[in-house]
Amino acid sequence: MEKTWNNKAWFMVLPVLVLVAFSAVIPLMTVVNYSVQDTFGNNEFFWNGTQWFSELLRSQRFWDSLSRNLIFSGVILALEIPLGILIALNMPKKGVWVSVCLVLMALPLLIPWNVVGTIWQIFGRTDIGLFGYVANSLGFDYNYVQDPVDAWFTVIIMDVWHWTSLVVLLCYASLVSIPDAYYQAAKIDGASRLAVFRYIQLPKMRRVLTIAILLRFMDSFMIYTEPFVVTGGGPGNSTTFLSIDLVKMALGQFDLGPAAAMSIVYFLIILLLSWIFYTVMTASDAQN
Amino acid sequence: MARITLDHIRHAYSPEAEARGDFALKEVHHEWEDGGAYALLGPSGCGKTTLLNIISGLIRPSGGRIAFNGVDVTDLPTEARNIAQVFQFPVVYDTMTVYDNLAFPLRNRNVPEAQVDKRVREILAMTDLESMAKQRARGLTADQKQKISLARGLVRADVNAILFDEPLTVIDPHLKWMLRSQLKQLHRSSGFTMVYVTHDQTEALTFADRVVVMYEGEIVQIGTPTELFETPSHTFVGYFIGSPGMNVMPAQLQGRTAVIGGQEIALAGTPKVGAEGRIELGIRPEFVRLERGGMPITIDKVEDIGRQKIVRARFAGHPLSVVLDEDQEIPTDAGARFEPSAIGIYANSWRVGMEA
Repeated sequence: MEKTWNNKAWFMVLPVLVLVAFSAVIPLMTVVNYSVQDTFGNNEFFWNGTQWFSELLRSQRFWDSLSRNLIFSGVILALEIPLGILIALNMPKKGVWVSVCLVLMALPLLIPWNVVGTIWQIFGRTDIGLFGYVANSLGFDYNYVQDPVDAWFTVIIMDVWHWTSLVVLLCYASLVSIPDAYYQAAKIDGASRLAVFRYIQLPKMRRVLTIAILLRFMDSFMIYTEPFVVTGGGPGNSTTFLSIDLVKMALGQFDLGPAAAMSIVYFLIILLLSWIFYTVMTASDAQN
Repeated sequence: MARITLDHIRHAYSPEAEARGDFALKEVHHEWEDGGAYALLGPSGCGKTTLLNIISGLIRPSGGRIAFNGVDVTDLPTEARNIAQVFQFPVVYDTMTVYDNLAFPLRNRNVPEAQVDKRVREILAMTDLESMAKQRARGLTADQKQKISLARGLVRADVNAILFDEPLTVIDPHLKWMLRSQLKQLHRSSGFTMVYVTHDQTEALTFADRVVVMYEGEIVQIGTPTELFETPSHTFVGYFIGSPGMNVMPAQLQGRTAVIGGQEIALAGTPKVGAEGRIELGIRPEFVRLERGGMPITIDKVEDIGRQKIVRARFAGHPLSVVLDEDQEIPTDAGARFEPSAIGIYANSWRVGMEA
């Protein structure tokens, strides 16, 4: 059969192209534009080549916030993934408690970022916050405003509280899809609890775990609102992650050129790491 | 290898159901011989899988005891009962190779690796899986996977019994024949006690020495295939075994004769019937003769199924099937005659004995 070619169909896609252009491509190109230019005011720009980029890559401040961000993502992944699996494994599979647990789990996910920040900002305060007050009454010297370790602790616990549910729900969904016969067969075969996890439950959760890790990595790498509300990046620069640093640079100092360069590098890092994650995961998947 | 004693086993799936008297398994009281091949046969929902799971310990019966070789195992968990079970749908450990799948039950029981290897190779050879031993179980076809499940059920040399829960449902028909005869052969060579659940009478009759027919949570008959065919002890067995099933018609008794719709039918003896209610007469379609001068019937249609002809007729208002050889002629104004020795009398669905 001969194929008929009709390029008029492209017109159908045009509205989407226009929309994407205005929402993504044009803003992104503006950023690219800023990143290679400099200005002395009066809206007059001149070509600056790759100077902002080389300055950025040589600045200690950038590498500090980048490594803070990587450590943060690493820590919350190391906490949320195992914890999420553990909770999912222990959630009831049938009965009235299923819906109770599911609603409880979904609650944190429904709360807006800045509200989560506010909750923990108040919760951790030493004067009126339940957690901060109790911790200090019990003799712990806890103060997230002054102590970097306490600030990190608060930001990490907050993220675990906010997002572990996502991992739980994803894992739970794949766990309940395992037919009973698998568990019965495992019993017949005399498999230990660990073997059941290793050979039945984990393989089943593999795909959703890939998604959970990717989502949590990207989200935590872009985190802004919650630490901004709780610590504002402090004390000092101790909780200044890339996005907080970027906003400080762009809006605080109004250094549009360096901020644009940083945006692009930031974007490329996320793209690169996500690609690596995905490739590694799918490659090991294909191997099996 | 063990003798399995089912001592007044009853099961209801919830306490509420038990209070209502709603039992999935009403009362099973029987002993299964060591090394026997049993088939549990019955329609869906008759309690055969429940009974199987009670034997393997996946379900704890609401009442009664179960013993292997006289040792009470009612309270033992599945792992401690040393039972192998193969399920309706293939269960394989996806991430393992076929070899590791088979080795899994042995390794879990800390069998020395040399022995594991020997046993696994034996079973691989027996089930024709050698060529894919190194392959991962993921990505195999459903019947290959089910073969792995079967092989995993057979791999332990010391099991008390091997239970099969409709294991050939997902297998292609031509492979079914092969696997079934392999199982049969395996039973002969290994001497395991095997229990095979199915709703397919051909499967049950070819596999088992003794067929256990279940109906609505009860065992209605245990017997050899011949016994089930010739002397079904319950009208359900008559109906369920055989194709077409037994003709069952309400009848009145007068000594050595049964009366259906004014027609007198001679019996081989005097049925021992008490005063109780519903009396029925049962006769297999194979033992009904069509000849001139028989009892009047109306023939509705004749189905030719190759080697045989099935005549669908009505006798005194009741449907009557007759099986004839293919070359047997149907006379005009054919009447029916029942072979007296093949007639069974049923009181409230249960077969009653006859006095000569």
